[in-house]
Amino acid sequence: MNPGMSAGLNSAINAGMAPVGTPWFFYVLAGLAVASGVAVITRRNAVHSALALIVTLLAVAGLYLMLYAPFVAGVQIIVYAGGIMVLFLFVIMLVNIDRSSKERQFNRIWPVGLAAACALLALFVSAIAKGKALFPDRMITLPESSNTQQIATMLYGEAGKMGQYTFAFEIASLLLLVAILGAVIMTKKKI
Amino acid sequence: MAEITTLHYLVVAAALFVLGVIGVLTRRNVVIVLMSIELILNAVNLNLVAFSRMWGNLHGQVFAIFITVDAAAEAAVGLGILISFFRNKETINVDEIDLLKW
Repeated sequence: MNPGMSAGLNSAINAGMAPVGTPWFFYVLAGLAVASGVAVITRRNAVHSALALIVTLLAVAGLYLMLYAPFVAGVQIIVYAGGIMVLFLFVIMLVNIDRSSKERQFNRIWPVGLAAACALLALFVSAIAKGKALFPDRMITLPESSNTQQIATMLYGEAGKMGQYTFAFEIASLLLLVAILGAVIMTKKKI
Repeated sequence: MAEITTLHYLVVAAALFVLGVIGVLTRRNVVIVLMSIELILNAVNLNLVAFSRMWGNLHGQVFAIFITVDAAAEAAVGLGILISFFRNKETINVDEIDLLKW
C-alpha cells in the first residue's frame, strides 16, 4: 500500500465513479434470480431446490450491490446463503426419504393455490401500473459514503442522538436467543 | 429501457414474492414450503433496499438487516418443528400432517 496507490483510489472516489453497464448487470442478475426462483418451487429433489435457492440469494445479493448497499449484500451472503441454507441442507439430509421425491410433488388443491397466486400477481401488476407515475425517472446519484459506518451508527449509536435502532437491535438479539432455545428444546428427545 | 429505476427492482421483487407464494400454496414437501417462505422474505428485503436507495437514507437497509435476522430465527424454529414432527410420523408431506383433523 504505497502512497501512489491510495492517491489513485482517493481520486477515483472523489471523482464519483460512474457505474458502467448497469442495465446488463441488472437484467442478468434479475433473470438469474427469477429463473432460480422458478427452479426452487418446481424441482422434485429437495436438494436441487436448496441449491437453486442459494443461487437466488446470491443473485439478490448482487442486486443489493447495485443498489449501493454493500453491507446488506454482505449480511445476505454470510447469514442467508452461508448460514440458513446450510441449515436447510442439514435438515434435508436428516429427513431425506427417497419416497418423497418419487411421489406427487404438488398437493391436491394446487389449482386453488395457483389461482390465488395469479390474483396476487394481478394485484401487483395493477399496483405497479397505476403507481408508475409516482416514481422519478432516474435514480439520483448519491455521493460516495461509508455505508457500513452509517448503518453501524444507526444500529449501535446512542439511543437519543443517532442510534435510532439500538433498542430494536437488542430485541433482535433476544429474539435470536429465544429461537436458539426453542430449536434446542424442540429437537431433544427427552426434555 | 436504458435507465434502471426503482420500478425495475420492484417488479423483480414482486415476481420473487409471487413465486414464493406459489411454492407455499402448492408444494407437498414441507422443506420446500419453508424455502418458499425464505423466497418471500428475500423479495420483501429487495423491495426495502430499493426504496432505501430511492429515498437516499438507510432506514430501508437497516429494516432489511432485521428481516434477515428474523428469517434466520424463523428458519431455525421451523426446521426444529419439522424435525420433531418427523420423529413422530415419518413423513414430510403437508397432506399427511393432519393430526388435528376430526
